[in-house]
Amino acid sequence: MSAVMITRKVRKWEKLPGKNTFCCDGRVMMARQKGVFYLTLFLIVGTCSLFFAFECPYLAVHLSPAIPVFAVILFLFVIAFLLRTSFSDPGVLPRALPEEANFIEMEIEAANGNVPAGQRPPPRIRNVQINNQIVKLKYCYTCKIFRPPRASHCSICDNCVDRFDHHCPWVGNCVGKRNYRYFYLFTLTLSLLTIYIFAFNIVHVVMRSVDQGFLNTLKETPGTYPFKLTVLEVLVCFFTLWSVVGLTGFHTYLISLNQTTNEDIKGSWSGKNRIQNPYSHKNIIKNCCEVLCGPTYPRYLHSLSYSTIKFYVSVLVRSPSPKESSPSPKEEEHPPAPKLPPLASPETDAETSIAKTH
Amino acid sequence: MAAEFHNLQEMQHSALLVTKVFIQRDYSEGTVCRFQNKFPSELNNRIERTLLEETVKTLNSYYVEAEKIGGQSYLEGCLACATAYIVFLCMETRYEKVLKKISNYIQEQNEKIYAPRGLLLTDPIERGMRVLEVSVFEDRGSSGSTPSSSMSSCSSAR
Repeated sequence: MSAVMITRKVRKWEKLPGKNTFCCDGRVMMARQKGVFYLTLFLIVGTCSLFFAFECPYLAVHLSPAIPVFAVILFLFVIAFLLRTSFSDPGVLPRALPEEANFIEMEIEAANGNVPAGQRPPPRIRNVQINNQIVKLKYCYTCKIFRPPRASHCSICDNCVDRFDHHCPWVGNCVGKRNYRYFYLFTLTLSLLTIYIFAFNIVHVVMRSVDQGFLNTLKETPGTYPFKLTVLEVLVCFFTLWSVVGLTGFHTYLISLNQTTNEDIKGSWSGKNRIQNPYSHKNIIKNCCEVLCGPTYPRYLHSLSYSTIKFYVSVLVRSPSPKESSPSPKEEEHPPAPKLPPLASPETDAETSIAKTH
Repeated sequence: MAAEFHNLQEMQHSALLVTKVFIQRDYSEGTVCRFQNKFPSELNNRIERTLLEETVKTLNSYYVEAEKIGGQSYLEGCLACATAYIVFLCMETRYEKVLKKISNYIQEQNEKIYAPRGLLLTDPIERGMRVLEVSVFEDRGSSGSTPSSSMSSCSSAR
């Protein structure tokens, strides 16, 4: 019986469970619902366009040309940080492969002992000691892992995320370990941009009123400056200001204490009988440095690396189509036909760790 | 390089995957990446304790180097922030450089120490930095009975 070896490369992100969407060969990763993200983009780009089109010419001439230049720089930073937050992997933990899941199950059963029939088994919790505090690690039934400390499962994206902060619909992604600093810088620069545009809109109206008189400024005649647009900008900036500046302040507070939004909402470290935050350095500057100036963590999903699947096809039986032999998403080993060998899932194939192509 | 791969491939073809042993993370110092230096009992007869402990210790030191918060990480962070992180499109981060070193180290350890003993280490980054996976192989010639686990039957069918 002769066998033919066929190699087919499968991108890992094609097989990934969870409710994320991927673009650009796996480089861009977002949640499924993107509507609010498009709204965010529209509001920012729209308001800034109006500012550049209608306010900036007047201000550049009458006050200083540095004003639009600085506004452009701020705008570019805001967009860069927004896209970086939205498109990066927040720190998704890959789900446990079957062997690891079985290993954990066996450990749990060994720890629980014999549970009498009809009785509920005890909750799956592992206690670890971190900086002399006992922290409980919960078991995730979806990902089949004991979640690392500070990780949490996002129900919208259906993934466990490391150092999970929250799922932000405005950004269209979860905020976690890998993109928290981009998120914070986005809110910070957006606050600055909003304040900037708001302030210069007011200055612009005041200056025009001084020049032409307030009533003339309000009048809209063709060919003159459209006051309604300024009102629109001021309204958008006013409402944005309260929410974004408030959010920036809240996250500054969280960073100084080295806490996540998730922990703050659940009250993990507050209250008399609760333990203190074991991750805080008890020093505001150290906490800020760790969160904002810490290392840039790598992706766990490795969407850009390929798994090489090798399977042997028996030529004598028949020549199967590639679809038959492609791995099922749940990595179960179903033989496509009785005589064909079962297909190894790429992760259990130890050769992939050797033959990994970069 | 090709010669070693050929040897590992041969081992793969002639060997049977018996089980996988998972070395868990050590969270005693917080969320920094660190693996437990507890020697798994399943590997008692397969490898000397000191060799595995040495490997784990070296890996832990690599991760400490990658996650160190100091002068270089501040510089990298501030420079990246000032350029709105566009600089990372052309520059490799320090963590990525250390990960490459780790990958080479694991490959070297596999070739020199683990493969001759019928074991294989998997880079923790492939498992989300949760576990250090050690695959245990049995030589087909020496093992009489066929284990019933599905992964072994899959390997035997190769």
